[in-house]
Amino acid sequence: MSTVRGALVVLLTLSGVNTLAADSTARIGAALSLTGDAAVYGATQRNGILLAVEDVQKGQLPPGVKLEVVVEDDGSSKQQAISVYQRFINQQKVSAIIGPTLSTTATGADPIAQMAKVPVVAVSNTAAKGITDIGNYIWRVSLMEKQVVPGAMKTAQQRLHFKTAGVLYGNDDVFTKAGYDVMKATLDQLGVKILGTQTFARTDRDFNAQITALKALNPDILVVSALAENASAIVTQARQLGWSGAIMGGNGFNSPAFIKNAGPAAEGVLVGTAWNSASPSPANQRFKQAMAARGFTADQFAAQAYTGVLVLAEAIKQAGGKTGREDIEAGLAKVKNLDTPLGTFSFTPSRDGEHEPAVQIVKNGKFEILQ
Amino acid sequence: MQQVVNGLFLGSIYALFALGYTLVFGVLDILNLAHQAVFMLCAFTALALVGTLHLHTLVALPIAIVAAGLVGVLLERAAFRPLRGRSDSNISGLISSLAAATIFEALALAAWGPGQFRFPFGSVPDRRLQLGGAIVSEVQAVIIGISVAMMLALTWLLRRTRLGRHIRAVAESPLAARILGVNVDRVIAASFFISSALGGAAGVLFGLAFNDVSADMGRSVELKGLAVIILGGMGSMPGAVLAGYGLGIIEVFTVAKLGSSWRDGVSFAVLFLVLLLRPRGLLGQAATRLA
Repeated sequence: MSTVRGALVVLLTLSGVNTLAADSTARIGAALSLTGDAAVYGATQRNGILLAVEDVQKGQLPPGVKLEVVVEDDGSSKQQAISVYQRFINQQKVSAIIGPTLSTTATGADPIAQMAKVPVVAVSNTAAKGITDIGNYIWRVSLMEKQVVPGAMKTAQQRLHFKTAGVLYGNDDVFTKAGYDVMKATLDQLGVKILGTQTFARTDRDFNAQITALKALNPDILVVSALAENASAIVTQARQLGWSGAIMGGNGFNSPAFIKNAGPAAEGVLVGTAWNSASPSPANQRFKQAMAARGFTADQFAAQAYTGVLVLAEAIKQAGGKTGREDIEAGLAKVKNLDTPLGTFSFTPSRDGEHEPAVQIVKNGKFEILQ
Repeated sequence: MQQVVNGLFLGSIYALFALGYTLVFGVLDILNLAHQAVFMLCAFTALALVGTLHLHTLVALPIAIVAAGLVGVLLERAAFRPLRGRSDSNISGLISSLAAATIFEALALAAWGPGQFRFPFGSVPDRRLQLGGAIVSEVQAVIIGISVAMMLALTWLLRRTRLGRHIRAVAESPLAARILGVNVDRVIAASFFISSALGGAAGVLFGLAFNDVSADMGRSVELKGLAVIILGGMGSMPGAVLAGYGLGIIEVFTVAKLGSSWRDGVSFAVLFLVLLLRPRGLLGQAATRLA
């Protein structure tokens, strides 16, 4: 009897100790493409996330709350992302998930989180359909192509006065196809005539045929919707084939890796961006300084990933410091006008991100905001 | 006109790759599925020579090609020779080469990682020439030139040299060749050396052409190479060249006129048609079995 009582006392004390502890840790799973086609984005996203986790500990989180991030590689593939999500949800019991990098991957993996009622904050998915419409647990920080491209293209047209366009897009990826849909709609809206459209697949390396076909039609501008690796090859081959006109790319171009891989061929390429790097907002300056201090290159993907963590921290704060899945879900709904590197951020009623986009041009090997 | 140039350019690479494939098939009656892995390894070797050792591209090219040839000899020794006596040596050789391909790819992944790698800027020439209505980049011209030169060299080797005669003899009948005093083992090793050198050259040129070297680059040419040699006639070198250029041009025009989703479909549809109408391929010889 006394041993049973002794055991009960120990048990009760231990449980009491647990509930008395004020320290709670929110475990976040980050599914990023560290290998595969989207590896260039995943690498910089990871930098942004790890930096943000450190930064929010310094004041943004309520006292006693810690943020722990587990980063796993989704291999730029749906299948791998699905198994990563299952591990996060069932084994590591995360409170929320950040990611995955690609929209294509998200359409496969996010439904699992939705079914398990785990909030997901997408930081780089920009396809209009198939992300936040999966369900109410899916939130998005990254602007959709349809929020960025129209403004960017309008500014570009005001500068360059193009009247005809040749369009090239990847037709086997959710993001590049969605990007194309928006680009086509915007071009139609601006009254620009699309002289020809060509397609390619993600695994293609030779774009000479498509570029030659478009160049022969003599458009004023080449509009391309592609992921970074294809983008650098396309731009390089276009310049090699003698195309000296303007080139405008979608979100896939938004990576310093694109500039690095395309080299001199990237000069003058226009890209709409969700991150106004020239913004003087305090959060942006803090972000840029912190990235520079670590020797990381600050780019749109890092800024979006960093913002994703800020948003989650804010959600925890709004939930009164509670770190459970439902708490974070409720807290996300209350995030409003948060100062982030992307600008003043709020969620739309459909849980998509909302803030001011910008357009940039590649000059001297760097992205410069086109004012 | 530009599209024709594009097609010839792609075709050169296909033809070079297919030549190596069909050489080994002609001599040994075995499909060497590790050919695409040698294609990839040679590209990485050239990349390492240019990128890390800072050799000039034209110096790195022959070194990488010779290295590829040596890998081919090694491949023959390890994957094919032990199985040669067996009755099912065709199939077991095939599977063995498949295993070798997987191993090679894993080695490349371990050594360089899964990304796409580029030749450093400046190592690849980027001047352009005007030719009729087409713009030919210096890279394209050099690649077409090197491919044609290698094909001519191969033809000369096979027709005019002793080794060439021996290779053709072994291709005809290893037993008869052995009886006549040909060192069959050495000839087979030499064939593998040449075949892998050709495949490796195709790999380096492919890597230079699209400035893209990755551990899975062999996969994209693997099936195409197979299609090319079947189309041209298995064992026929002129067939491989003809089919290689043919396929290159067909692909380019398919993409330009119909869209890139149709490209592979059309290529394999053409293969299918040729197999239906002329099973031995365009230039292949009807199989004759003499008792």
